[in-house]
Amino acid sequence: MERTKKIGLIVYILFLMIPIYWLINLSLQPNRDIMGSFSLYPQNLTFDNYRRIFTEAGWARGYLNSLIYVLMNTVISITVALPAAYAFSRYKFIGDKHLFFWLLTNRMAPPAVFLLPFFQLYQTVGIFDMHIAVALAHCLFSIPLAVWILEGFMSGVPKEIDETAYIDGYSFPRFFVFIFIPLIRSGIGVAVFFCFMFSWVELLLARTLTSVDARPISVVMTRSISATGVDWGMLAAAGVLTLIPGALVIYFVRNNLARGFALGRV
Amino acid sequence: MAKITLDNLAHSYFPEPKGEEDYALKQLDHVWNDGEAYALLGASGCGKSTLLNIISGLLVPSRGRILFNDKDVTEQDTVARNIAQVFQFPVVYDTMTVGANLAFPLRNRRMEPAYVARRVQKIASMIGMEDMLERKARGLTADAKQKISLGRGMVREDVNAILFDEPLTVIDPHMKWELRTQLKALHNEFGHTMIYVTHDQTEALTFADKVVVMHDGKVVQLGTPEELFDTPEHTFVGYFIGSPGMNLIDADVSGDKAICAGHEVTLGGRYKPMSGRVQIGIRPEFVSITSQDQGLPVTVKRVEDVGRHQILRAEFEGRQINAILPEGLPIPAAPIRMKFAPERISVYVNDWRVAPDEVTATPSKEVVL
Amino acid sequence: MNKVENNRAWFLVLPVLLLVAFSAVIPLMTVVNYSIQDILDPHTRFFVGDEWFREMLRDSQLQSALGRQLIFSFSVLAIQIPLGIAIALCMPTRGIWVAISLVLVALPLLVPWNVVGTIWQLFARGDIGLLGVTLNSIGIEYNYTRGSTAAWFTVLAMDVWHWTSLVVLLCYSGLRAIPDAYYQAARIDGASRIAVFRYIQLPRLAGVLTIAVLLRFMDSFMIYAEPFVLTGGGPGSSTTFLSQHLATMAIAQFDVSRAAAFSLIYFLIILAISWVFYTIITRATKD
Repeated sequence: MERTKKIGLIVYILFLMIPIYWLINLSLQPNRDIMGSFSLYPQNLTFDNYRRIFTEAGWARGYLNSLIYVLMNTVISITVALPAAYAFSRYKFIGDKHLFFWLLTNRMAPPAVFLLPFFQLYQTVGIFDMHIAVALAHCLFSIPLAVWILEGFMSGVPKEIDETAYIDGYSFPRFFVFIFIPLIRSGIGVAVFFCFMFSWVELLLARTLTSVDARPISVVMTRSISATGVDWGMLAAAGVLTLIPGALVIYFVRNNLARGFALGRV
Repeated sequence: MAKITLDNLAHSYFPEPKGEEDYALKQLDHVWNDGEAYALLGASGCGKSTLLNIISGLLVPSRGRILFNDKDVTEQDTVARNIAQVFQFPVVYDTMTVGANLAFPLRNRRMEPAYVARRVQKIASMIGMEDMLERKARGLTADAKQKISLGRGMVREDVNAILFDEPLTVIDPHMKWELRTQLKALHNEFGHTMIYVTHDQTEALTFADKVVVMHDGKVVQLGTPEELFDTPEHTFVGYFIGSPGMNLIDADVSGDKAICAGHEVTLGGRYKPMSGRVQIGIRPEFVSITSQDQGLPVTVKRVEDVGRHQILRAEFEGRQINAILPEGLPIPAAPIRMKFAPERISVYVNDWRVAPDEVTATPSKEVVL
Repeated sequence: MNKVENNRAWFLVLPVLLLVAFSAVIPLMTVVNYSIQDILDPHTRFFVGDEWFREMLRDSQLQSALGRQLIFSFSVLAIQIPLGIAIALCMPTRGIWVAISLVLVALPLLVPWNVVGTIWQLFARGDIGLLGVTLNSIGIEYNYTRGSTAAWFTVLAMDVWHWTSLVVLLCYSGLRAIPDAYYQAARIDGASRIAVFRYIQLPRLAGVLTIAVLLRFMDSFMIYAEPFVLTGGGPGSSTTFLSQHLATMAIAQFDVSRAAAFSLIYFLIILAISWVFYTIITRATKD
């Protein structure tokens, strides 16, 4: 049994890792090797592709832009989702069931057409091509998820804790910040992970709502590639670079994920 | 049904235990006789649950063997050992009905449907849930769920032993008493070997024929409730059984006299010279107060009236000494002296009781409980 | 937990509501507005009512794209949900391997969507890709840019690669939340491995599976960037899914009104199917 499990997991991880290995392999080869000779590992190891990325203007900036709006999105989403999740987990109120499903419906809008009004709206408000624009747009996806996850964790905290704190003379904000939030730390970790994830990987909105100043890395990547024809080595190197922040985030929240959560019904 | 023998057993949760303190269970040799009801009593974290899980096969001990009727089962899994166990917190299968929950252990063993139905009916009437058999177990109250857990533990008739791990923690007091009575009745009827873990002495003393007291990973005493009360073999037993527990006072013992901080106390026997930490122990039930010039001078701290009697809490040389006194006995506010019934005094060296060489006073039969 | 009835709880929900409404309501109204007009240029427009909707519903291209989309999304769910649960059951529960496997398993989720396309392009190409070269060298004719079956399966494999881990992570966390006592009780009761799964693990995964199914359905039904980079929708229209069809209409042909009507229909389909899933799962876990 244990053996079968191990084998199953290893096969799955291999399936996940082989394409990534291939990406890394190609990123470490000069273009003529990629096209010329098929090889399972780099014959002429080179960091040239990476060097070219780092020396080219726009790359570092794009990287930074992406990180800025992802962080903004994560902070905003968690901040507003915390009180909302508390309300869902502790109280019954008119429309609570429908409200949650409505939040979720915002994930269901097919982007292609909604992009245009989004663009118009954000331009009217005057935040087009600012990081906050992308951060706000991504809130549509991340908030419902953050609320759901946090609600699950909060329902696991007994209500007696709230009541004891009020008896001890805590005001709601003080109780919430100093007692309640520390109790659901791992829930926040998991929520951060999902907010980060969906914001970091999204392309269409990020591309539409920015032009120069807040241009994300994925756009920089596609543009410079198409400008110079297909440069496989550099494309691969750029791909590898986009994996790093994600890998770091998972590493930081791994214990929160491992601790486990069972999301309830909202 | 089986006799269960623990042979040279020890367990540590660390893969490579370094010293004595890494062991949750220290050296353990013990026999649980077939068909007896035992209570396993001890404070939280003393290794009770670990021991239970080793007997049921949920844990494999780091060292030693477990024998069922002299057959080594150390390597056998839970199913092969054919043991029932009830846990501290309710475990029910939410998506099943109450009836299916009760039938689950039997169905897993492919018992005949007619037999299963009969057993389920019987158990349901025992735990008082006959009218709920068709209901989903989800959403029941904690004590209803725990009753189901108990029922699942009792539904199999052919088990070698039934183990209970503080099963009545979440049950309300009235129901507790009733369920305990049911368990006793079940024991009398079927004669299963039962081990009942608890940290509640009343529960232990009312449930069991024999009580096993554990402390710090070791069994410190096995005995009937009376033995535990009269002659605690270890200071922990003295302190843990009884309310309030035994008074323990540091002393120098020579012959049939003990000297406690310069005051002499007469003992019920003669003792050999001893070394190590020597204490005398006396239950509050056998302490009386006197105004005469004998016994230990104490300062009265507090008097608690608990109905049938009153508890005097006093201090001697910085140590608390309790006395249980008859109701209505006037207690002077001035410094008083305490007298101990000599035949009720036990002597402890490094926490273990030593028997006198020669008994000079025998206990009178009237026990003031 | 029995909740207290308290409508002031709305104040706690208000920030979320305002923030989401800001980005959600106005664009939706605008799209509705487009969909009922014929827009010739920014200054000339006519009210046409439900004409675009009728036209879109009759559109055979759209119908076949919808068919492809449904087949694709249900294949995705049929593979990823069971596979995700199975892998979650295989994950280690203690030791350093927990962290290592979590990081490795989660990695594909944090790859930007267009990069996912790039990775698979580099991996599956017949000339430079490991998969393509390997398949061809063992005699299987494989070229995802020409064979439509190959293209379809490549997109599916890519989606499985990309998203199964989401199901794995959610289920793994759900499994970790089951107290040990349940497994111990099951061993005492003599439950088989299957019974443990059926009566202990699966019921306790209901919550995470709801969100996993919904997310996987919605995102796969709107899949865009990955096949766009990988196959561009081809060959032919074998991997042209709904959102790409829509994008072509809205951006390439600049037929905003038709596209708006189309997206509203699209939106309603997702909404309806999600609602069905949501209700089924919620019902199944109730009494």
